[in-house]
Amino acid sequence: MGHESYLLEMKSISKRFPGVQALQDVQFNVKAGEVHALMGENGAGKSTLMKCLFGIYQMDEGEIFMEGAPVQIHNPRKALDSGIAMVQQELEQIPQRNVMDNIWLGRYPRKGLFIDDAKMYEDTNKIIELFNMDIDPYAQMNHLSVSTKQMADIIKAVSYNAKVIVLDEPTSSLTEKETESLFQIIKRLKEQGSGIIYISHKLEEVMAISDRVTVLRDGRWVATERTEDITTDELIKLMVDRDLEKRFPPKDKEIGQTVLSVENLSSVYSPQIHDVSFEVRTGEILGIGGLVGAGRTELLECIFGMRTVSEGAVYAGGRNLVGSHKSCKDFGIAMVTEERRETGIFPMMDIRWNTVASSIDKDCTGMGLISLKKVEKSTQWAVDAMRIKTPTLKTLISSLSGGNQQKVLLGRCLLNEPKILLLDEPTRGIDVGAKYEIYQLMIALAKEGKAVIFVSSEMPELLGIADRILVMSNGRNAGIVDAESCTQEIIMKLAAKYL
Amino acid sequence: MKITQSKDKAEMIRSVKHFLMQYAIYLVLVAIIVTIVILEPSILSVRNATFILQQAAPKLIIALGLAGLILLGGTDLSAGRMVGIAGVICASLLQKPDYALRIFKTMAPLPIIVPLLIAIGVCVFFAMMHSMLISFFQIAPFIASLGMQMIVYGVMSLYFDGVNNSSPIGGFDTRFTKIAQGSIQMGSFRLPWIVIYALVITFFFWVLWYRTTLGRNMYAVGGNKEAAIVSGVNTKRVIILVYILAGVAYALAGFLDAGRTGSATNGLGEGYELDAIASCVVGGVSLRGGVGRISGVVTGVLIFQVLSYCLVYMDINPYIQFIIKGMIIIFATVVDTQKYIKKR
Repeated sequence: MGHESYLLEMKSISKRFPGVQALQDVQFNVKAGEVHALMGENGAGKSTLMKCLFGIYQMDEGEIFMEGAPVQIHNPRKALDSGIAMVQQELEQIPQRNVMDNIWLGRYPRKGLFIDDAKMYEDTNKIIELFNMDIDPYAQMNHLSVSTKQMADIIKAVSYNAKVIVLDEPTSSLTEKETESLFQIIKRLKEQGSGIIYISHKLEEVMAISDRVTVLRDGRWVATERTEDITTDELIKLMVDRDLEKRFPPKDKEIGQTVLSVENLSSVYSPQIHDVSFEVRTGEILGIGGLVGAGRTELLECIFGMRTVSEGAVYAGGRNLVGSHKSCKDFGIAMVTEERRETGIFPMMDIRWNTVASSIDKDCTGMGLISLKKVEKSTQWAVDAMRIKTPTLKTLISSLSGGNQQKVLLGRCLLNEPKILLLDEPTRGIDVGAKYEIYQLMIALAKEGKAVIFVSSEMPELLGIADRILVMSNGRNAGIVDAESCTQEIIMKLAAKYL
Repeated sequence: MKITQSKDKAEMIRSVKHFLMQYAIYLVLVAIIVTIVILEPSILSVRNATFILQQAAPKLIIALGLAGLILLGGTDLSAGRMVGIAGVICASLLQKPDYALRIFKTMAPLPIIVPLLIAIGVCVFFAMMHSMLISFFQIAPFIASLGMQMIVYGVMSLYFDGVNNSSPIGGFDTRFTKIAQGSIQMGSFRLPWIVIYALVITFFFWVLWYRTTLGRNMYAVGGNKEAAIVSGVNTKRVIILVYILAGVAYALAGFLDAGRTGSATNGLGEGYELDAIASCVVGGVSLRGGVGRISGVVTGVLIFQVLSYCLVYMDINPYIQFIIKGMIIIFATVVDTQKYIKKR
């Protein structure tokens, strides 16, 4: 039996994915009328735990109790029926349909056999008013801005009148004002006796809104504390299991001449960037911060010639490389993309082919045929240089951990001996130890005189690794700050500058 | 001032581009048809219009069934053979009692609804098997329907061979031919009943697509299956129901098409699926799933039928007709794909 006083109780939850134990014996509970924050670094298992709760993943072991009674949740329908609603980190919406069709999907109001569109419109407007928002229920989803889409998803979750509402990174692309109105809603839901599970990386938010906080680390439960009994520093320490000073390697390196200068860069297709200018010097690490959807990835893609540029220039080595992917590669720009699984690795191939994928021309014989010997030599170099932990060179890349996959991708870039590295969320979804190693590699590369530009959603990472930070806001450069003298508050302010 | 002007101009160019993109295929087809009419003005007659509508009717019914599957993000290569098996079953059970070559000589004349229901039953059975492959085993619709196409053809041919030694089934009961070939005389215009059936079925599908939960869920599954799942939609059930509906549509089309042509062989329905898929694509039902309208399907079928009829009427070499139709399908798909390509 579950504990009577808990609205929701999860006991001894374990979940294994190929190559990684995502959750190990995790416990978690929510009381009625409280906000329980779930914290941990990327890859700690927060989203996995919630996906098990919502029936998207099937847990290997463990039990779930709602109001003391055991429940079996095999699919999202069952979760919804049990009184659990969820806003996922990656929004699941139907882009071609309108707002109200999305909100009421799976439970359309009916009049006899037919859908009652009038009631749907009315009900949608009612909750939109509750939120003090300005959305047209008939607006097509893919015509909305990222933050409006996110608000639409939150509206949807709230409209279920669920007992337990999971909010997984609900504010990642919300403005301060929108966040404020979300907090109002959360307070109202608390008063109604709902239990809220709140996942966020933003410590200030968690401290402000939550009653209790549970910390996960590497798929294990670490602690559950009352929010008022814990400080931000203690929380961070629980999350990273390392003293703050030792979270980032020291960066003692020399910064040289300007190697890349971007001037008034604007792009054509949405999400657009407008009039972005900056310079990077050899040996420098430039961080790019801002909200999700602010145009950070798009900026890298514009520089790398992967997006249509309407105006502006990208000068490197005395030439304007703008718009040409090939000139960029020839000059020595390399990029590691954000979506490792989607646009990085070739999951069905082994480490060798993943490593040499972009430099295979160098591993050919005089006849133009691929030389296995050269391929293995290149791969071995990458494995040694990046400290990739793998049983053999012929191991499938998909059986490696996220961190090691990322190192393979870095190795792939470095085989082309780049002068400038573009890294999009290089530590996303990898464990803490591996993160540290990636930081070390980034700093080591900068020391060799390469310029590193990296996008990150984690502000401590920006502040700890970068020399300077460019903050994007709504597709524009909101300002470039020195990491030494900067704080998270300054970055947040800049991120909201053009909203 | 100048900036705003150039902005307005850019905006205008964009909206013109958008318009062309949206209606390119219609514009091209209308241009072709206008050219044909100029070359051969005699084609503009009430008689020809009646023929075109009569031929288009069964194809519209097939296309409406198939459009649901395309909307789910799939396709169906077995549609033509499903139409065929329904046609052969109805033909074999609805011959004149006094017809010399009657297959079931001793059988009393059946009420017309019985063979139709048997045909619907058979088609629904195959459609359900087909939908299991898609929903539970998650096979690519192209391959699943290719396999189903062969199986249905084999079963139909075995039956055809077994009951009638592979000779065409004819001599239909007049009640049957009346239903499929009859018409209402309206002054000089003859409105075939089959067109009216097609309109009723179109209305049924219109209500289903736009006004029922199944219809909305169909758009959801085709648009983003994951989103449908996390919203609690039973996607497997949606897929199975849409396939069953398609099966019923194929059976009705087979029944009518056999009656319309007055005879049936195991070749009935061959290639119909390609015409239907082409009509859907021409009518803007996206092969990527989640986008499409009934009005588009109707327009697509009509335009395609007008074009086919004109080409035959002008006595164009049939091989050239193939080339023209192939080019139109490719053009329609190119336009459709361009609309949804992610511009970077």
